[in-house]
Amino acid sequence: MSAQLLSNLALFVLALLVGFEVISKIPATLHTPMMSGANSIHGVVLVGAILIAAVADTPAAYVLTFVAAAFAAMNVVGGYVVTDRMLEMFRTKPKPAPVAAPAAATHDGDVR
Amino acid sequence: MSGNTLPLLDTVIRVVYLLAAVTFVLGLHFMRSPVTARRGNLLSASGMACAVVATVVLIVAGQGHGSIVPIAAVALVVGTLIGSASGMIGARRVKMTAIPQLVSLFNAVGGGAAAVVGVVDFVRLNADGALTAGVSVPVVLDVIIGSVTFSGSLIAAGKLQGWVSGAPIKFGGSRLASIVAAAVAVGGGVVVVSNPSAWLLWLVVVAALAFGVLMVLPIGGADMPVVVSLLNAFTGLAVAMAGFVVDNQIMIIAGALVGASGTILTQQMAEAMNRSVMSIMVGGFGTGDTSATDAGASNVMAGVEVRKVSADDVAIQLAYAQKVIIVPGYGLAAAQAQRECGELGKLLTDRGVTVYYAIHPVAGRMPGHMNVLLAEADVPYDQLKEMDEVNPEFDTADVALVVGANDVTNPAARRTGNAISGMPILNVDHARSIIVIKRSLGHGYAGLDNELYGDPKTGMFLADAKKGLAQILAGVKSYVG
Repeated sequence: MSAQLLSNLALFVLALLVGFEVISKIPATLHTPMMSGANSIHGVVLVGAILIAAVADTPAAYVLTFVAAAFAAMNVVGGYVVTDRMLEMFRTKPKPAPVAAPAAATHDGDVR
Repeated sequence: MSGNTLPLLDTVIRVVYLLAAVTFVLGLHFMRSPVTARRGNLLSASGMACAVVATVVLIVAGQGHGSIVPIAAVALVVGTLIGSASGMIGARRVKMTAIPQLVSLFNAVGGGAAAVVGVVDFVRLNADGALTAGVSVPVVLDVIIGSVTFSGSLIAAGKLQGWVSGAPIKFGGSRLASIVAAAVAVGGGVVVVSNPSAWLLWLVVVAALAFGVLMVLPIGGADMPVVVSLLNAFTGLAVAMAGFVVDNQIMIIAGALVGASGTILTQQMAEAMNRSVMSIMVGGFGTGDTSATDAGASNVMAGVEVRKVSADDVAIQLAYAQKVIIVPGYGLAAAQAQRECGELGKLLTDRGVTVYYAIHPVAGRMPGHMNVLLAEADVPYDQLKEMDEVNPEFDTADVALVVGANDVTNPAARRTGNAISGMPILNVDHARSIIVIKRSLGHGYAGLDNELYGDPKTGMFLADAKKGLAQILAGVKSYVG
């Protein structure tokens, strides 16, 4: 086993442990957005598509590069956008309208 | 690839990857609270953008190998643009009720991309005679897992969308066929490692694709969220394996993060339904067949009259209540009645009634899905209560309005000896009066009669959730004036 493979393996195992820890503390309410968020993180496979494009030199490799890039981009872009759309709906709304309305107006500058 | 000291560019890129990994972890961390969740997602997205840009810089600089062939660059750019556009359009246009299948679709293409990356690098290295076990082992794992998730997630999305029947699909020898497909994929994989050949790897791809289909087809539609979550974790692992193949650290880290998180989420979903992941994947239960339900409460309903009520009865009760707890379930999501539900809640709140929504962890089609649906209908976040928080409130509630929820309200779960024993439930039966909106008196997904319906305090309003709520809404308006 090469040193490079061993250090990659160490990264893999440690990242697994971090993943277990981070996720186990998320409330059930946010599980669907969280799952969608995790789904967009594995869109990092777009990096892989870029790396295979760099060394592609046969027609088959070009076609497969195209497929990988399209799939991965769809995963990563769609994933983040749909997660954001879900989370946008979780914004807290001011309950006693007269008191909180001006505060809300100054507080977040987001376009509604 | 490089010796002990890395070139400057390589160093910079590794640092960017490290920062991106940090943003992924922090992004997930921020998702622990609805207040910071959106920021977390944006942070994670910006980390992703940095990682992608850094990788583009890396290949433009031609680090470690010759510069990119023009045709490959075109394929990469055009593919990325098409994929981004379709992902963006899908994510923007999708109805909130259709989110589970969209997530499943995104998961499918992610798995597919990971498998393709593995295949391409394998074929290239094999042609150069440069394959080592350090590459071919992760290639085989990547290709098998990625292909299974690709076809499996597509079937799952089809089931959620209704394009593939939600009922478990089994045919003569289907179990045998899936065992054969798995054996061919794994056996072929072992041979590929010991004696590399491209056509054999393609055989592994085909067998794994077939296995993905055969694995998901026999699972009932109600279990799809768990399946999607599990396949999400699989994709993470496939991407991590692809990271080993192309020696890329950010892919390894991000893939492992998702693999671990998806596994935890899958377990929590299954636990909340009182199921084990194993029993879901093996199939059979949760399909409406009766084998698991013979023992226990199945005879309780026999001879018990249920009390039926009309929309006006319900409206009067609600209009003059002090405290109403709405219990939304799968039926509400299926009928897309969240708007009517939100309007009714708002009308009552405006009238001075205390309104809570009791959200069971598995209400809707996925954990948290119900919150998303109700948030879409402008229900204030502070009215949404999780199970542990809301259960004591039922003791002082005048009316518990159950909309299309079943098993999660069945008091039989508190006793031993039936299919849902031990499943955490909402204490709906503690309310002073209970109203159940339901299309029929049929069974829930566990195939059990709901003892709640025989309770003398319970009024059954047999209607479609959307139409029923609209009638109640009109009724309350007429009383309020």
